[in-house]
Amino acid sequence: MMAGSGLRFLVLILVVAICGAASVFQPISDSHRSAAVDVFVPVDGSYKSLEEAYEALKTLELLGIDKKSDLSSATCENVVKVLGSSSSTLKDAFYALSVNGILKCKTGEAVLKDIVSQLQAGVKGAKSLLDFYYSVRGLVLVKEQFSGTDLSLGDAEAIFRSIKTLSQTDGRWRYSSNNAESSTFAAGLAFETLAGVISLAPSEIDQSLIQTLKTGIQKLFDSIQKYDDGTFYFDEKSVDATQGPISTTASVIRGLTSFAASESSELNLPGDKIVGLAKFLLGVGIPGDAKDFFNQIDALACLEDNRFSVPLILSLPSTVISLTKKEPLKVKVSTVLGSKAPALSVKLAQALSSRSKDSSVINSQELKFDADSATYFLDSFPKNFDVGKYTFVFEIMLDDSANEKVYITEAQTKVPIAATGVISIENAEIAVLDSDIGSVESQKKLDLTKDGAVSLLANHLQKLRLSFQLTTPLGHVFKPHQAFFKLKHESQVEHIFLVKTSAKKSELVLDFLGLVEKLYYLSGKYEIQLTIGDSSMENSLLSNIGHIELDLPERPEKAPRPPVQSTEPYSRYGPKAEISHIFRIPEKLPAKQLSLVFLGLIVLPFIGFLIGLMRLGVNIKSFPSSAGSAIPALLFHGGIAAVLLLYVLFWWKLDLFTTLKGVSLLGVFLLFVGHRTLSQLAAASNKLKSA
Amino acid sequence: MVKSTSKDAQDLFRSLRSAYSATPTNLKIIDLYVVFAVFTALIQVAYMAMVGSFPFNSFLSGVLSCVGTAVLAVCLRIQVNKENKEFKDLAPERAFADFVLCNLVLHLVIINFLG
Repeated sequence: MMAGSGLRFLVLILVVAICGAASVFQPISDSHRSAAVDVFVPVDGSYKSLEEAYEALKTLELLGIDKKSDLSSATCENVVKVLGSSSSTLKDAFYALSVNGILKCKTGEAVLKDIVSQLQAGVKGAKSLLDFYYSVRGLVLVKEQFSGTDLSLGDAEAIFRSIKTLSQTDGRWRYSSNNAESSTFAAGLAFETLAGVISLAPSEIDQSLIQTLKTGIQKLFDSIQKYDDGTFYFDEKSVDATQGPISTTASVIRGLTSFAASESSELNLPGDKIVGLAKFLLGVGIPGDAKDFFNQIDALACLEDNRFSVPLILSLPSTVISLTKKEPLKVKVSTVLGSKAPALSVKLAQALSSRSKDSSVINSQELKFDADSATYFLDSFPKNFDVGKYTFVFEIMLDDSANEKVYITEAQTKVPIAATGVISIENAEIAVLDSDIGSVESQKKLDLTKDGAVSLLANHLQKLRLSFQLTTPLGHVFKPHQAFFKLKHESQVEHIFLVKTSAKKSELVLDFLGLVEKLYYLSGKYEIQLTIGDSSMENSLLSNIGHIELDLPERPEKAPRPPVQSTEPYSRYGPKAEISHIFRIPEKLPAKQLSLVFLGLIVLPFIGFLIGLMRLGVNIKSFPSSAGSAIPALLFHGGIAAVLLLYVLFWWKLDLFTTLKGVSLLGVFLLFVGHRTLSQLAAASNKLKSA
Repeated sequence: MVKSTSKDAQDLFRSLRSAYSATPTNLKIIDLYVVFAVFTALIQVAYMAMVGSFPFNSFLSGVLSCVGTAVLAVCLRIQVNKENKEFKDLAPERAFADFVLCNLVLHLVIINFLG
């Protein structure tokens, strides 16, 4: 089967510009494997259904977790029972064969013959896509598992054509000829089924049929959807579809893989979309749902080993560079399931700083390769590499050697990197100033690396000034994310102020004259605490500077009181008081029986009316008898009844606008018909009068 | 004295009855309809008096439906009555068509207000 493609000489850099947010995708790792054990190994050793058993066992097998000995006995019993019974459905037989392929249960020869004949009958009598899928794929599984069985599919081309009728022009497929709804998930099933037909066909299938299928696949790729971070996925068009994006994407990938494997000629799929699909599946993380987990791993396994293109993922174990530790930045390139990548080289094309987005700090630096750990690393950084946030742009170049498979990667992988270092704090001082003149009354130098015991005095006419300078290892002014100055009164009332950083230094000036009300007029001893922190700062600090004795004027009557501080410091995070909502008390309604009695009473006058009419001798003798006059009369009465019925519907369900529409239509009709009837009646009575 | 008053009342009642029986049948039908509508309205008012006027809009729409249709029937009676000289030229069919149309509009408004 591989002979057609032969050995390939590759340099395949599929230049794909993937614009968008930088993000890191990690291949499947041991955390996935341990989660799989939790999700897929049932507590009592048996699965609820063969479908569940197949999904669980396949996932465990693909992840390399061996639990077969524990689970095989109960499941194998079930498998043998289903395969032996002649009344099992095609779906059960298919899943039983799938599980058998993994567990290799012992089934007898007679069972085999029965199953083959049942599946072949299924193919002949198949009416929907699922029937074809289960029977054809079941036959493929029998062929794989039991060598030497003679399976002929009869007229393979006719079967191919009858399945092909379910395809649609937009690339999606229908489940059956009666059901008009099309589905992308069904497209994946159809590809797998047709791949099975091709592999079981006794002779070559007409190439034109296969070509139309390939065109359909291209159309399906036109409907692919994407997110901003460069991931692609397939999803159903309708809102209430039963399959979500993960299962739909997995179904399509499975179908494409089996189709490419069965077909001798090439299947060209857009490489960027294959990488995007791999990133989408990896971006799911560890799914919580068993079905999503199975679909993710199964689809990734198909991407890992297929005949169109195998995506390679670039990942970083750590995205933080510490300038003090001087450790190298490690980069790993692997397949989606974490296996080794072929020979390639990784280059750091650019390192764009978040501050100056145009110029790059590092240009075209090739990473060294460590064969023992199979990682690429960058150990030297230029002298002007300062702390801060960067976006590193990596490029992968596959080596020119002959590879059996076609590998593809993103042209450029953008990774957010944080560079951290020790920030030096200089010229830290705190001073009390006289507000009108600005002269310094008392000034103290601070060492912010340890707690101090500074003691200051101030009254409400003075100002407090705190200033310090933060510099990066390269000497630039550093602006931290967090620079908080906290004053805490003896009564536990706290006030927090932000220290602003300008181009030269960081400074905070507190003018107590304006802050008197904010401080609740509380005089006394205030503790001073300073917090400086940043993600790039390795020596973030929280330092108790000392205390300040504040002398504030007396509180006037109207001033707000300080909030009551609870003794428990974390009580503000506790549950709040329960709000009891006041709803409108519903009106007292009368008793049901009373209402029913009055309903009956209301009907009484109507009955009285009818009785009175009868007593008066009312008749409809003058209802027109001839056809020409009877019809308008009937229509007239019918029209009035229709309007009244419309009113009843209006009260029950409709709104005013639809009713008005209906009334206007019926009204116009009634106008014509009524005029006809009444004018005929008038003419008749005139005739009587004149006669 | 009392006897004569009651006798007068009986005589008055008898003469009223005999005069009424002379009215044409179609007018009697309309009178019956008016009586029916008024009675329905009275029963609704009695019900409201007993249980309170909570969905007041429903009460109003019910009572006004009866009263409105009674009023329209009275108008029809005036227009159809042959002894009425003012409406001599108006065909009774035309009056009936007006009655039907006005009733339909009235009931549309009533149903909307019923809630």
